[in-house]
Amino acid sequence: MRFLFKTDYDQDIRLAKHGGHVFWYSLLGVALLAAPWLLSEYLLEQLVLVCIYAVAGLGLMLLSGFTGLISLGHAAFLGVGAYTEAVLVGMGWPFPLAMSAAVVLSAATGVVVGLPALRVRGIYLAIATLALGVIVEEVLTRWEDVTGGSAGLMVKSPTLFGAAVPQPVGFYYLCLGILVVATLAVLNLLRSPTGRAFVAVRDSEISSQSMGIHLAKAKTLSFALSAALTGLAGALYAHKLRFLSPEQFTVLQSVELLMMIFIGGLGSVHGVFLGALFLITLPQGIAVAKDWLPPAIGGAAGLQSTVFGLIIVGFVLFEPLGLYGRWVKIRLYLQTFPFYRKGTFRREKTFQKTERQR
Amino acid sequence: MSADDAILSVESLAVAFGGVKAVDDVSFAVRRGEVFTLIGPNGAGKTTVFNLISRLYNPMRGRIVFEGNDITALPAHRVAALGISRTFQNIELFEHATVLQNLLIGRQVHRKTALWEEILFLPKVRRQEYAFREHVEKVIDLLDLQHYRDSHVAGLPYGIRKVVELGRALAMQPRLLLMDEPSSGLNVEETEDMAFWIQDINQDLDITVVMVEHDMSLVSRVSHRVLALNQGAVVTVGTPKDVQSHPGVVEAYLGKAAHA
Repeated sequence: MRFLFKTDYDQDIRLAKHGGHVFWYSLLGVALLAAPWLLSEYLLEQLVLVCIYAVAGLGLMLLSGFTGLISLGHAAFLGVGAYTEAVLVGMGWPFPLAMSAAVVLSAATGVVVGLPALRVRGIYLAIATLALGVIVEEVLTRWEDVTGGSAGLMVKSPTLFGAAVPQPVGFYYLCLGILVVATLAVLNLLRSPTGRAFVAVRDSEISSQSMGIHLAKAKTLSFALSAALTGLAGALYAHKLRFLSPEQFTVLQSVELLMMIFIGGLGSVHGVFLGALFLITLPQGIAVAKDWLPPAIGGAAGLQSTVFGLIIVGFVLFEPLGLYGRWVKIRLYLQTFPFYRKGTFRREKTFQKTERQR
Repeated sequence: MSADDAILSVESLAVAFGGVKAVDDVSFAVRRGEVFTLIGPNGAGKTTVFNLISRLYNPMRGRIVFEGNDITALPAHRVAALGISRTFQNIELFEHATVLQNLLIGRQVHRKTALWEEILFLPKVRRQEYAFREHVEKVIDLLDLQHYRDSHVAGLPYGIRKVVELGRALAMQPRLLLMDEPSSGLNVEETEDMAFWIQDINQDLDITVVMVEHDMSLVSRVSHRVLALNQGAVVTVGTPKDVQSHPGVVEAYLGKAAHA
């Protein structure tokens, strides 16, 4: 077992807390850089999807996991990002410029969608974001001059410095690079005052106010940043899909994103990656399992949704902290073996808050 | 008392919830450097007065003046920046964060970095973090929280949380500290510690303390002056001894027949 003796503030501030972190993350970095040589083209395509979903997940995690605002409309930001990118690249804008525009426009949408967050919370906020998600979907369908409506919209390949980004390897590195930058940005935010303010708003609005946090500002900012990251993912998503239609940005997509961070583990950045990996690999796993199952089950329609549903129920019941929470427990078990006690993570039930001010 | 040695003055404050006059025409002034306690039976309006001062409730009438600034119309988050911090009766901590993070949120009002600087984590942000942590460590030392520094609040016993909440309020470096029932839910030993800390905070850190408290031995030990409230109105103000023997106070607590 590792004991950290803290003699320096930097030990708490730096991202890699000890040698183990440096070693494992370096190894992961090398593996990801070498992925194009290690993986088949198909698997690489899947890894690109994981990267894109992880960027979107970072956005949603910032909002739902760290600021405590549940959004059922995140597909809207993904859609705004994707369509902005597609339309602008189609008009001949250079790819980085189009992507910046996608980010800015999504963030602006986020601010608008975030307005109800200043008044309502919890399930009511979820409903409000759901409604706005539906509105954006409808706009994408109806505004045919720009979006192509239900007929869809072709997306040009991205070009960087006058040359097309080679598929799939070049695009993979592009997505990976953006993911790394987005992750670092989120981690930096979380270890500075703004990130702490988000967590404060999540855990107690009343005392964050009394600690000098401007609730409306913090919530709007969280929505804007979250939408910006999701819009960034949308821009990449557009190039990945190469063909956009409004059906890709429905409520179901929003639910899928929410499910991803929930299964990964709310309130942890690791959870985003575990969730994204899970979300992409599960359909593959189900496809493989289909051949093994009796045809009556394997061939049944809706097998995938059923499995997804069962998994969600399972997590709610047995591991509300998600995959990351499970990993933390396994790690502790291994570290303290054979002294792990069963009750280590059991939470003490605190007494009912009767006079909690809202 | 002249106006300039009052750090906080409340003038004919009133608020009603529906037909209930929770606070009705309450006026008092807190002198700089004193420990000022509000007492009164349940429902007397003590916590309501606190919530009015920290701007969580809007008064219907009256004025609240802190260090010469009228704060009656300020939003709650601005009050903190002026130098007023508070604790809550039912502990309002950030449950899913560590003790250290909770205390660091107390430093929020001293933030000098912009968002983009934080996203890039520029050296300026790092230096600010050092400064924040240095101050927070002083609070941890004062309140003996070293052992719990990295524990999650959700798993801590009640007595410790109470101390953490006090720590968070202190981390802000306020000039006025509002404490809502600092000893509620604490055992005798913990109350002892709390009494010492209140005196330390008041004398060594030069923070004016206004508190709501029921434990009369704690009240008479630490407070310079006591204000008794009953049914939203002031009964009397004075030294702990005078207030305790005031016929109106006795009546408020024990009823008319119990005149001594």
